[in-house]
Amino acid sequence: MDRTTIDLWVGIFVALGVSALLGLAIKVGNLRSNSLGETYTVTAAFDNVGGLKPRAPIKSAGVVVGRVDDISFDTKNFEAVVTLKIDQRYPFPKDTFANIYTAGLLGEQYLGLEAGGDEESLKNGDRIQQTQDAVVLEKMISQFLYSKASETEPEKAQAPAPATKPSDSKSTELGDAPF
Amino acid sequence: MIKSNLLICLIRTLQSIGRRTIDRLWRLGAGARLFLLTIIYSGESFRRFHLTIREIYSTGVMSLLIVVVSAFFVGMVLALQGYYTLQKYGSSEAIGVLVALSLLRELGPVVTALLFAGRAGTAITAEIGLMKATEQLSAMEMMAVSPIARVVAPRFWAGVISMPLLALLFSMVGILGGYIVAVPLIGVDEGAFWSQMQANVDIREDIINGVIKSIVFGVACTMIALFEGFDAPPTAEGVSRATTRTVVTSSLAVLGLDFVLTSFMLAV
Amino acid sequence: MTTNIVEIDNLSFGYKGKLLHKGINMVFPRGKVVAIMGGSGSGKTTLLRLIGGQIKPSEGEVRVDGKVVHEQDRHGIYKLRRKMGMLFQHGALFTDLSVFENVAFPIREHTDLPESMIKDLVLMKLNAVGLRGAHALMPAELSGGMARRVALARAVALDPDIIMYDEPFAGLDPISMGVICDLIRSLNDALGATSIIVTHDVEETFSFADYVYFVANGEVAAEGTPQDLLQSELPFVHQFVHAEKDGPVPFHYAAADYRSELSL
Repeated sequence: MDRTTIDLWVGIFVALGVSALLGLAIKVGNLRSNSLGETYTVTAAFDNVGGLKPRAPIKSAGVVVGRVDDISFDTKNFEAVVTLKIDQRYPFPKDTFANIYTAGLLGEQYLGLEAGGDEESLKNGDRIQQTQDAVVLEKMISQFLYSKASETEPEKAQAPAPATKPSDSKSTELGDAPF
Repeated sequence: MIKSNLLICLIRTLQSIGRRTIDRLWRLGAGARLFLLTIIYSGESFRRFHLTIREIYSTGVMSLLIVVVSAFFVGMVLALQGYYTLQKYGSSEAIGVLVALSLLRELGPVVTALLFAGRAGTAITAEIGLMKATEQLSAMEMMAVSPIARVVAPRFWAGVISMPLLALLFSMVGILGGYIVAVPLIGVDEGAFWSQMQANVDIREDIINGVIKSIVFGVACTMIALFEGFDAPPTAEGVSRATTRTVVTSSLAVLGLDFVLTSFMLAV
Repeated sequence: MTTNIVEIDNLSFGYKGKLLHKGINMVFPRGKVVAIMGGSGSGKTTLLRLIGGQIKPSEGEVRVDGKVVHEQDRHGIYKLRRKMGMLFQHGALFTDLSVFENVAFPIREHTDLPESMIKDLVLMKLNAVGLRGAHALMPAELSGGMARRVALARAVALDPDIIMYDEPFAGLDPISMGVICDLIRSLNDALGATSIIVTHDVEETFSFADYVYFVANGEVAAEGTPQDLLQSELPFVHQFVHAEKDGPVPFHYAAADYRSELSL
């Protein structure tokens, strides 16, 4: 076969391959939303981050405003310290509230920011004071079951049954779960 | 009497195990030597890059059709199977993620490498085996031209360049096939299909890792094909057996390497 | 400049403990056509490989142009090989290249000549073997004799000092054989080269060779000009030259006693 024809075919082949890479990167991998512009870094401490992972999205009002940069463990307070990278375009008030949410029932966990009313904005290196821990499904379910149990038990038997005792003590042990 | 027969049988078995092991090790060493020589002679062959381009044509471009057609069907089947399971859990929108991740991380590189071994690897082995049998390689050496620089290195680089391009095309066309089944045929919401995919496919962890895998497979498949061709006895039977061995060895190597690479990538 | 371009000195070669050659001495003077003859399997082709440096001798040495072949590094061997052209038994043409590209191959690999000059050179070489008109064909489209002539054109493409022929007459019809005979002689004289021919065709070789070596049992059994050898009384040469079935080279491969093996 002629050399120029071969060159042409190989050229087409390479162009197809490279455009497949670009196509996959843009259409499938969503190159644009992954690349944040200039960012500022703030930290937030949580008692429990659940399944939150580095590179998880940070959303406010459903819009991705940044990404989780790093999660580390603070040995002084025995807390998880999450480092957040937030886009420079989105300033947040100092008293912003950080929550860890789950997308759907079994979906990925992400960090939600709810803006407060402070005049001053968060700056690079600041710490978000108000945080709420991740919802741990097992805790939620057990709490639900125990609360159900404590509702129905007294209706069935008027006298306080011995079975309710441990369930009460356990539910206080669980502390202030989010509902 | 029976005891001594058993003993002889045992010794024979051990001997054959030993012989096979030595033979395998020898071939592994000879293959590694050929690989090193190929790298050393690559500079010489890069000076005449049109040789490599010619080989990209006969390995890459000629494998294009089989790769694209297989990818299309694989994508469609993935979407069908995925939908069947996902709809039980009411999350049929996740079908885009399922198709894209399985193609980018596993099926794209692996199936492309298997097809490549069958389509291009056998062609390389048979060609080099016949060149050796008809003394073409000897003739080249007598003309003071190194067959490794002139024949082996261009084919090696053509394979290494072609494989990731083919794997990327495989993933791309596969996702397209999955889209065609999921959106127009099954009726999954188009927006959900793409946005779920975009939210969950990571460029570095999914796309780039897939490309790295396919480059490694390219090195392995091409090197195995070249070595088998080079090592084939110069007879019709020898060449045909070498061709078969190319397919078997490459397939096993691809699947084994895939496990190793995946565990490395997940660990990091 | 030595008078002998190739000298083989007390050469032994063998593998797996079996010696194929046992102390061979040969000289190939410049400008001559020298034939190495012997039965099949007597290691004639191996001698050519030893001269080309593709294999190393077990003992002794081969000198090409005064340089010991097996002591050269890769670069040195390639330098020596550029002085050699070799015609392989079945031509060994590159099946993926056209006739023109086959002949152009060594020129393209070893020189940086412009395309127009390469074209002229290739057509000249092809014209010398009478196949200028076939330059666009692929090797698969050639007959055996034509393929051998193309291979010859490729072997002499860089005007070598030594041209080696491995069984140039094997499997050719009488007309092609005659053509090759004429070509070997005329190319040798036109290029001022030295030709080394490995063959077992007595009649053709004796018609144009200057000197002949007979190889048998790993040794040089006889040597001389064709005229001398035709008159030779040595039993082996007599058997070979006159194509007798039995003689010093036995009809039977060495075997145990016939009667005892058939258990008679």
